[in-house]
Amino acid sequence: MSAENSPALLSVRHLVKNFELRASKGIRNTKRIVQAVADVSFDVEVGQTLGIVGESGSGKTTVGRSVLQLITPTSGEVIFDGKDLTKLSFEEMRDVRRQMQIVFQDPFASLDPKMTVGASIVEPLIVQGVAGDHDAKVKELLDLVGLAPDHARRFPHEFSGGQRQRIGIARALALDPKLIVLDEPVSALDVSIQAGVVNLFADLQKRLGMSYIFIAHDLSVVRHIADQVAVMYLGKIVEIGEKTAVYTHPTHPYTKALLSAVPLPDPKVERSRHRIMLEGDVPSPVNPPTGCRFRTRCWKATELCAAEEPQLVVRSSGQQSACHFPE
Amino acid sequence: MTESVLSIRNLAVTFNTQMGELRAVRGVDVDVRAGEILGVVGESGSGKSVSFLAAMGLLPNSAIVTGSVVLDGVELIGAKPKVVRSMRGRLMSMVFQDPLSALNPVQRVGDQIVEMIQSHQSLDDRAAAKRAVELLEIVGIPQPDERARQYPHEFSGGMRQRVVIAMAIANNPKVLIADEPTTALDVTVQAQILEVIQRVQQTFGTAVVLITHDLGVIARVADSVNVMYAGRNVESGSVQSLFDHPSHPYTRGLLSSLPHEGTERLQPIAGFPPNMLAPPPGCGFAPRCPHALEVCSSELPALRQFGDLQTACVLAEQLRIGGNV
Repeated sequence: MSAENSPALLSVRHLVKNFELRASKGIRNTKRIVQAVADVSFDVEVGQTLGIVGESGSGKTTVGRSVLQLITPTSGEVIFDGKDLTKLSFEEMRDVRRQMQIVFQDPFASLDPKMTVGASIVEPLIVQGVAGDHDAKVKELLDLVGLAPDHARRFPHEFSGGQRQRIGIARALALDPKLIVLDEPVSALDVSIQAGVVNLFADLQKRLGMSYIFIAHDLSVVRHIADQVAVMYLGKIVEIGEKTAVYTHPTHPYTKALLSAVPLPDPKVERSRHRIMLEGDVPSPVNPPTGCRFRTRCWKATELCAAEEPQLVVRSSGQQSACHFPE
Repeated sequence: MTESVLSIRNLAVTFNTQMGELRAVRGVDVDVRAGEILGVVGESGSGKSVSFLAAMGLLPNSAIVTGSVVLDGVELIGAKPKVVRSMRGRLMSMVFQDPLSALNPVQRVGDQIVEMIQSHQSLDDRAAAKRAVELLEIVGIPQPDERARQYPHEFSGGMRQRVVIAMAIANNPKVLIADEPTTALDVTVQAQILEVIQRVQQTFGTAVVLITHDLGVIARVADSVNVMYAGRNVESGSVQSLFDHPSHPYTRGLLSSLPHEGTERLQPIAGFPPNMLAPPPGCGFAPRCPHALEVCSSELPALRQFGDLQTACVLAEQLRIGGNV
């Protein structure tokens, strides 16, 4: 994963996040724990994109928010630019925050309807006490994301979904961050609009050199934009590595099944390819299977998989995967 | 050509809103042939859902619906509510995106299916309950006996969608309309549900209208396809032809905006869909079209036949020869 000589911008080690559930059974209150993220480690290099893919309940969003300390991890280290963020005070964290930003999925919910676009974009600068010509900065940012300077005076309802997402991106860029977490940033957009926003992410990275964590359930978009890919299942990374290796030689059965489930826009390919049909749904993270968490849906599972949890191991195509019987 | 079980002609739907007349559907023709899967694809606001809600008679009274919808020889537009009710659920039924809101949370799943059966067939309780269990088995729910006695919250999202499909096919309809049936589901579960829909179509010869925004889903299961834009169909025909010779600039734009293996840069369609409160006078796609001519902004192009594709574009011949995007 990480090159030996240059330290990664972000190193996440053994990240765990538990959520407590309160469920009343009869008159007794019982506490149950959901392990949303269960011991996850990865690196993000300077100017690179790590894609995190997985189905609902895989913990991909929780990973993104734990990295930003928007939720406090239960244990583990999040080392950003040499500092372990889990050990910083609130004040110290505020300084780091300007270097890490997030863009959310829903461009309708993430902008204040009563603030002009300009005011929304400028807000992070005010919060962080950045001096300077804010109007000029807003114009520059709007230009950067492909909007016109006079859009600053308008309100969010005057914009389409794709334009709103661009406003959210402009706001995330306001503080010149080194890392942006993109949490399903194009899922709410129509495909013809989605392509423009994906291109914008690529252009901005080329110009400004920041790193992305791109969280998505759409595997083809991640394939397009990411350098490294992590595949998550029930709170664990089951496969991680260089994009081409993961997509062309998947070694974990789940990665293989996931890739074969994605419908491709080509009828000839769709009708001829062999599809791995997984049985059932993702089990509840409250009570995950013992051993390998994927074993209840895996066609290769044996007693070993129930008894012993597989560890991430480097495979011949370069990526790591956690499986007793890799492809 | 096999005869169509559902035939829609010049369908138009207008909503009166505070801001004026919103023309959601503006003259749509659709033929659904017996036993085929027809994919209807389009972006949000293209009118794909509204067209079929109108066909099902499920729009609020405030919607103004004109044109003709003929199901199994009976005209539904302007028909008495009683007639429409007797056909809906029996000859034509619908599956929605969100299975949880389609189910009654406080009624056992089996009882909900029984209710559906008994509203159109004279079966006694015991026979209907037996049939409900059979239906759950058909859609691939394990231990259907037990599951029939459970409530919707005891099912996962994918299993709930199977229940909804079981209910929709309870009276062996001729047409099943599935409106984004897999959009709320994970991709591995989507694959399962698409397989169930295909199995229903193959086993019972049910015609399926599959409304989706995902061209991949169309490529996987549909026989023919109808591309909608700004309340009209802009291109329709066999799936293979559509992917081989997309001749409408919108279809071509849609296909090339998808990420393909090895593409360096995606090609989005410029601009955004028109405001349907004031749709453009000519071709709805003209303001975003890279090939638009002067005539496009004044005249509405009609669908013309090329091979087994119908395309509504004045430049269809040239674009068709242009080959793949």
